[in-house]
Amino acid sequence: MSTALAEKYLRVERLPHIWCRGCGHGIVLGALVRAMDEVGLDLDRTVVVSGIGCASRAAGYLNCDGLHTTHGRALAFATGVKLARPELRVIVIAGDGDLAAIGGNHFIHAARRNLDLTCICFNNQVYGMTSGQHSPTSPRLSLAPTAPYGHLEREFDLCELARAVGAGYVARAAAYNPRAMTRLLVRALDLRGFSFVEVLSQCPTYFGRRNRLGGAVDMLKWQKEHTVDVARAREMDPAELEGKVVTGELHRAEYPEYTAAYAELVSRVKGETGR
Amino acid sequence: MPVKPGARLMQGNEACAEGALAAGLSFFAGYPITPSTEIAEYLAEHLPARGGVYIQMEDEIASMAAVVGASLAGAKAMTATSGPGFSLKQENLGFAAITEAPCVVVNVQRQGPSTGLPTSPSHGDLMQARWGTHGDHPVVVLVPWSVRECFDLTLHAFNVAERLRIPVVILTDEVIAHMREKVVLPEAGSLVVEDRARPDRAAGPALPYDDRQGDVPPMTVFGDGHRAHVTGLIHDRRGYPAGPGPATEALLKRLQGKVDSRPELVIAEEEETADAEVLVVAIGCVARSAARAIRLARAEGIAAGLLRPVTLWPFPGERVRAIAGRVRGIVVPEMNLGQMVLEVERVAGGRAPVHLYPRVDGNLITPEEVLGSIREVARG
Ligand SMILES: Cc1ncc(C[n+]2csc(CCOP(=O)(O)OP(=O)(O)O)c2C)c(N)n1
Repeated sequence: MSTALAEKYLRVERLPHIWCRGCGHGIVLGALVRAMDEVGLDLDRTVVVSGIGCASRAAGYLNCDGLHTTHGRALAFATGVKLARPELRVIVIAGDGDLAAIGGNHFIHAARRNLDLTCICFNNQVYGMTSGQHSPTSPRLSLAPTAPYGHLEREFDLCELARAVGAGYVARAAAYNPRAMTRLLVRALDLRGFSFVEVLSQCPTYFGRRNRLGGAVDMLKWQKEHTVDVARAREMDPAELEGKVVTGELHRAEYPEYTAAYAELVSRVKGETGR
Repeated sequence: MPVKPGARLMQGNEACAEGALAAGLSFFAGYPITPSTEIAEYLAEHLPARGGVYIQMEDEIASMAAVVGASLAGAKAMTATSGPGFSLKQENLGFAAITEAPCVVVNVQRQGPSTGLPTSPSHGDLMQARWGTHGDHPVVVLVPWSVRECFDLTLHAFNVAERLRIPVVILTDEVIAHMREKVVLPEAGSLVVEDRARPDRAAGPALPYDDRQGDVPPMTVFGDGHRAHVTGLIHDRRGYPAGPGPATEALLKRLQGKVDSRPELVIAEEEETADAEVLVVAIGCVARSAARAIRLARAEGIAAGLLRPVTLWPFPGERVRAIAGRVRGIVVPEMNLGQMVLEVERVAGGRAPVHLYPRVDGNLITPEEVLGSIREVARG
């Protein structure tokens, strides 16, 4: 990232950040900064809301209003912020544990409500902050300190969930390709409604080491080899897609946006009471 | 906002909602639960017409979170619930305390623990209201005893919350919430409505927790151009995470001190305490029975008096202690197995014996029951 960009969008006095060497979260933050710049967000009118975890610390580095909340609850806090001041742009940052485990219910309902929020999940497939316990997105049979004999649950497809419950925009990106990530984040920020971007991030310190996946570079290579763009995926048969992760813009739909619908309700009620 | 003058037959829950509207409530998030639901329903009907936001969230955790988020974005925000929901709100109530987000939480108590008796009154949450969230934190807890006081104390709750940037809890119960009384609400123009201080925007960005401005820093509301960072982590005056050390201690003491250093926050009402030989200390609906009981006692020649804490927390300890020095005994009737009595004993400090009259069968304590306790103490 250029110094000018960093100085404009980041609280440089707070650097260096807390993330480990090789962590993918910084790549995601970088892409987000570029996307914010491309969209031309007014930093005085932007609030970044996050939960608890390594990913959520990103909110503390961005040079706008920031709200670092409780574990899993970022979307619920963001709902209050957005409804109280609909003119503000609200971006929500969450880890996979934050969003899909403890905050799963809020995720479902925020998407269904279609409130104008952009929600970005930094998916490193583990609980990074608490040293690598398994999360809802940990692959089946992967190892974790809390799954020393292999994790038995199936992994959660968060994009599929978001689409099913009514998000207006759903995309998946991967840390190995920050350009594509920026592009998808720009579209998410441009959408008026609930937009969701899942980003594959890597955690070499906990997930990589315990599962013998090598260092950050090996994990990024894995991402490159195992991701398939959605356009190509459409032409592949299920057998070919086995074990692959589909990236790109996965879903886009027009639903009534909540703050707009609420404003309409208010004028309808006021009109009626005024009569 | 106009408050309709003239007498109305109102329920305690409706009066809470009206008090909030009179205070300038602009955001309500809730989740239905008996016996608090009428507050949400009333506001769902009346808030939109006043340009405010009403939303039913997916649960109580979310409604508390949304209330704090809205408050930080400048709204006057409230939620209402009962025991099970109050338990769920605790983590984010603590978040409101440490981030200094003014807000009001109404807990219409029902018999617990757990689902308990959903439609029966109780005063089982007195300690939870003070200590429910983890860690030391400031909180003011108000207990109305009439429909009119539901209105007055909800308005007052907002004023205290805004003035001190703290969460304020209103504890009612199923009796007060559903009781109907004829009330005359005050004219809107006659009410004192306080709003949080905000930094002067012309002076440029301000620090979110600038304790050099006093123990209640002006609030850097989101969207006002301060680019404030707000976190539940222990933080410095810039809002940035801080480690263990003197700054942490200073923050916790400043927060707690907002309430502890303001004795004027304490509200208590007394009836016939000047010459009392038996003192009854009671709150909310129990105080109604107690008020009747002291009259019955006086008719029998027993000099009984009542002290009713209106702020349960901070507790009117000095008054209770002063009276304790000159009475034969203190009766504490409670709809729990003994919560407020612990505080009464503490502040009485052995100056007078303290007698608990507990009732937990889901029914209101009657004047006769309180009278019975008064007689026992008077007989010595
Ligand atoms: C209510 C609550 N439960 C548990 C924790 C402990 N905790 C902190 S972060 C975290 C998980 C973080 O994992 P994730 O959301 O995947 O984010 P990452 O750190 O991997 O970026 C947990 C369990 C907490 N802070 N609060």
